[in-house]
Amino acid sequence: MSQDPLEGCRISAGKKSAVSLGKALHPPNLLVVVEGTCGACVAASPVSAPEGSCSYNVAHHHLCVCVRVCMAWQGLQKGETLASLKQESENLRRKLEEERGKLTDVELHQVAEKVETVAALSIKTRRVLKGHGNKVLSMDWCKDKRRLVSSSQDGKVIVWDAFTLNKEHGITLPCTWVMACAYAPSGCAVACGGLDNKCSVVPLSLDRNENVTAKKKSVAMHTNYVSGCSFTNSDMQLLTSSGDGTCALWDVESGQLLQSFHGHTADVLSLDLAPSETGNTFVSGGCDMKANVWDMRSGQNIQSFDNHQSDINCVKYYPSGDAFASASDDATCRFYDLRADREVAVYQKDSIIFGASSVDFSLSGRLLFAGYNDYTINVWDVLKGTRVSVLFGHENRVSRVRVSPDGTALCSASWDNTLRVSRT
Amino acid sequence: MTINTQVRGGLLREQMSCFRKMEKVIVAMQDPDMGIKMRNQRLLITVIPHAMTGVDVITWLTQKYRIGEEEALHLGGMLVRYGYIYPLKEPRCLVLQPDDSFSVFFYSSFHFPSSAIFLAKKNIRKQGELMEHEKERYSLLHKRINHTWDFVVMQAREQLRTSKQRRKADRIVLECQEQAYWLINRPPPGVQSVLDMGLERPSNQNLRVPLVSHFFFLPSCNLFVKYCEQYQDHDPIMLGCLPSNPWISDDSAYWTINTEIVLVPTRLRVERWSFSFMELLSDPMGRKEFMTYLEKEFSAENLYFWQACEEIRHGESSKIPQKVEDVYKNFLAPGASRWVNIDSKTMDKTLEGIKRPHRFVLDDAQMHIYFLMKKDSYPRFLKSDLYKNMLSRAMVPQESKKSVFPFMRRQRHSSPSPAQVVAHGTEEDERTGGVGQAGTNSTTGARV
Repeated sequence: MSQDPLEGCRISAGKKSAVSLGKALHPPNLLVVVEGTCGACVAASPVSAPEGSCSYNVAHHHLCVCVRVCMAWQGLQKGETLASLKQESENLRRKLEEERGKLTDVELHQVAEKVETVAALSIKTRRVLKGHGNKVLSMDWCKDKRRLVSSSQDGKVIVWDAFTLNKEHGITLPCTWVMACAYAPSGCAVACGGLDNKCSVVPLSLDRNENVTAKKKSVAMHTNYVSGCSFTNSDMQLLTSSGDGTCALWDVESGQLLQSFHGHTADVLSLDLAPSETGNTFVSGGCDMKANVWDMRSGQNIQSFDNHQSDINCVKYYPSGDAFASASDDATCRFYDLRADREVAVYQKDSIIFGASSVDFSLSGRLLFAGYNDYTINVWDVLKGTRVSVLFGHENRVSRVRVSPDGTALCSASWDNTLRVSRT
Repeated sequence: MTINTQVRGGLLREQMSCFRKMEKVIVAMQDPDMGIKMRNQRLLITVIPHAMTGVDVITWLTQKYRIGEEEALHLGGMLVRYGYIYPLKEPRCLVLQPDDSFSVFFYSSFHFPSSAIFLAKKNIRKQGELMEHEKERYSLLHKRINHTWDFVVMQAREQLRTSKQRRKADRIVLECQEQAYWLINRPPPGVQSVLDMGLERPSNQNLRVPLVSHFFFLPSCNLFVKYCEQYQDHDPIMLGCLPSNPWISDDSAYWTINTEIVLVPTRLRVERWSFSFMELLSDPMGRKEFMTYLEKEFSAENLYFWQACEEIRHGESSKIPQKVEDVYKNFLAPGASRWVNIDSKTMDKTLEGIKRPHRFVLDDAQMHIYFLMKKDSYPRFLKSDLYKNMLSRAMVPQESKKSVFPFMRRQRHSSPSPAQVVAHGTEEDERTGGVGQAGTNSTTGARV
């Protein structure tokens, strides 16, 4: 009864090839979802198997095929048990691993051997933003490339023009530990949240006399602290991560919960939206040491990575959207190839003992800036895996690092109550 | 060899792993062959055996971890901050000094159970030499554990007596160690506590359910190399930007010449449109040019349709039904003014879905049109005269000349806040106060 479902399956490289699955498929129980994720695929949306039929044609370029097999329980057939279906799934998994093993697994730095080394960088701090009375926990750049918003432990959220050092808006939240803040894409509002278990959106008023805080609107409600937030492509939707182990997508206007994402088994500490053209996924990392990739439409967890040995503090996508990096308390940062579905680089050094709290890429994706709990920022060569530079200057933990939208500068927020804008 | 640290609410995982790693460093330091060579250090008139200097520590760290001196100083400094090694000369100051006379000693596993006893000893030994915060703490403790105060004083006297019997060297070492211990565990006011670990995170380690999900691939690491190489010239942190990086020169010309809509775009910007379809669409100028091209080709409805779908996907929930209705009327209904050419299967599915409109109802159709444009119109656009002309007309900014007085700081001009820009459209002349004292002068034209 437990036939190999992939019997008769041929997967070959080349411009046009077919993935045809043999009759061993049990249509009502196995739903094969074929997705092309490479930019050149025409059939970009899931093509599901109509009942009974078993063959698919997928034209794939750049040699990328993603085959995902899900188990869709539609009632057990006669003679089948949960155990037998599980066995089938195991066989399938083993067969996939075999096929995968035949393909060469390469590490990123091996491929990058012939790439030129990055010239030594000398990065200097150009602006120090003083004004917070307590630890600065988070910050985010505005799309205008010079403004930014920052939040701190004492409940204050400040909007700065970092270029002129002007403080433009000050918002006071009734809670401490405002761990999440984000600038809206239009530049007209900011979102912030923390120990109040909520994430609020504050429209930025131009009227000096108006109390900006009064216009604050609660959008997200969690059952534990809010650790991260991000607007999607517009001001109208907000994505949040929380200490309650979930992420959620909210409609800003109505405060309605549009989608929730369950799968983490501990606090979720960070999230980042994918810059892909179809714009439907995001990645999250948490205290369960896992980084999960989610489909925003369905709420499904489509990929998961558990290479870290301690809490993941931050996740950030590579500019092309095909990969992401993570920073963890285990003092390493890692780089994951989404198409390959695995980790391809680890950024670590014996002399780096303290956990990494935050990461971000330079515009080209060649450099990875990582802030650590030993007050430093290490700059890594993403491709070669070596460290290019180390920045000192902060007098306490670095809580967040972010490269400006046009890649001209790096901003770092720290527990020493300041933010620093640095560049080469 | 551990420090018995007092942590609020239980042990945090990061703390444990940090301490373990620091301990490894310390153990390596004390290795008889590969560790630091310890020698006698002279402290005024006393000779302390088995001590080391600040320089020793830094040199050893530099060699062992192959790092620079600045980093070694920083790492050594962290070891001192956490009390793994402590200074003998100025025991109050937990900072590593890179000089020959600065002696440090390893922390050994002495147990210091009570800060009350420590303060009492100090009080007895050096009458009136307690620091202000120590005096406060002393009186606070006195009040709090008044009923056992006699016991505390008795213990303190006893400890002092036994210590007198020790060799002076050992005594000094122990005193410094205890001082360091209490500096870390009861930091004076205004000094940050190294044991501050932020919010506590519960360790919820439930069993994980493995997902049956695997992906095939062929090596795609090349893609990252290609991407980095392609964008390298556009990465200001790596290669700088023209006319100058605003954060270095205080001149915002770079931003002015790259605003959303300019008369003459820069060459780099126009080149970037050829990197990917997404790059073209995400640049408002690029999108405008592409639209012009499509109008010529009589296929502009595709881009209009795509834009309308984007608005539905990212817009307010309440407006969805209306917007979907509009899209149907303009793009999908038979005989519509801007009818889009979608394959029949997708069209049927979409028309069916429109009956119950939701945010993603047009996704399939949008995807189809997107890839149509990408496969067909986009490559032709890149080969078109329109694009080629743009490329040749595009400007390459001159590197800004260094000013005659290089040390004079340029005035940094403020720019209108994005929030202000939007409201100006609705509030006409009602501008109360503006934003910031610097006013709203924005530079017009490039200032070189």
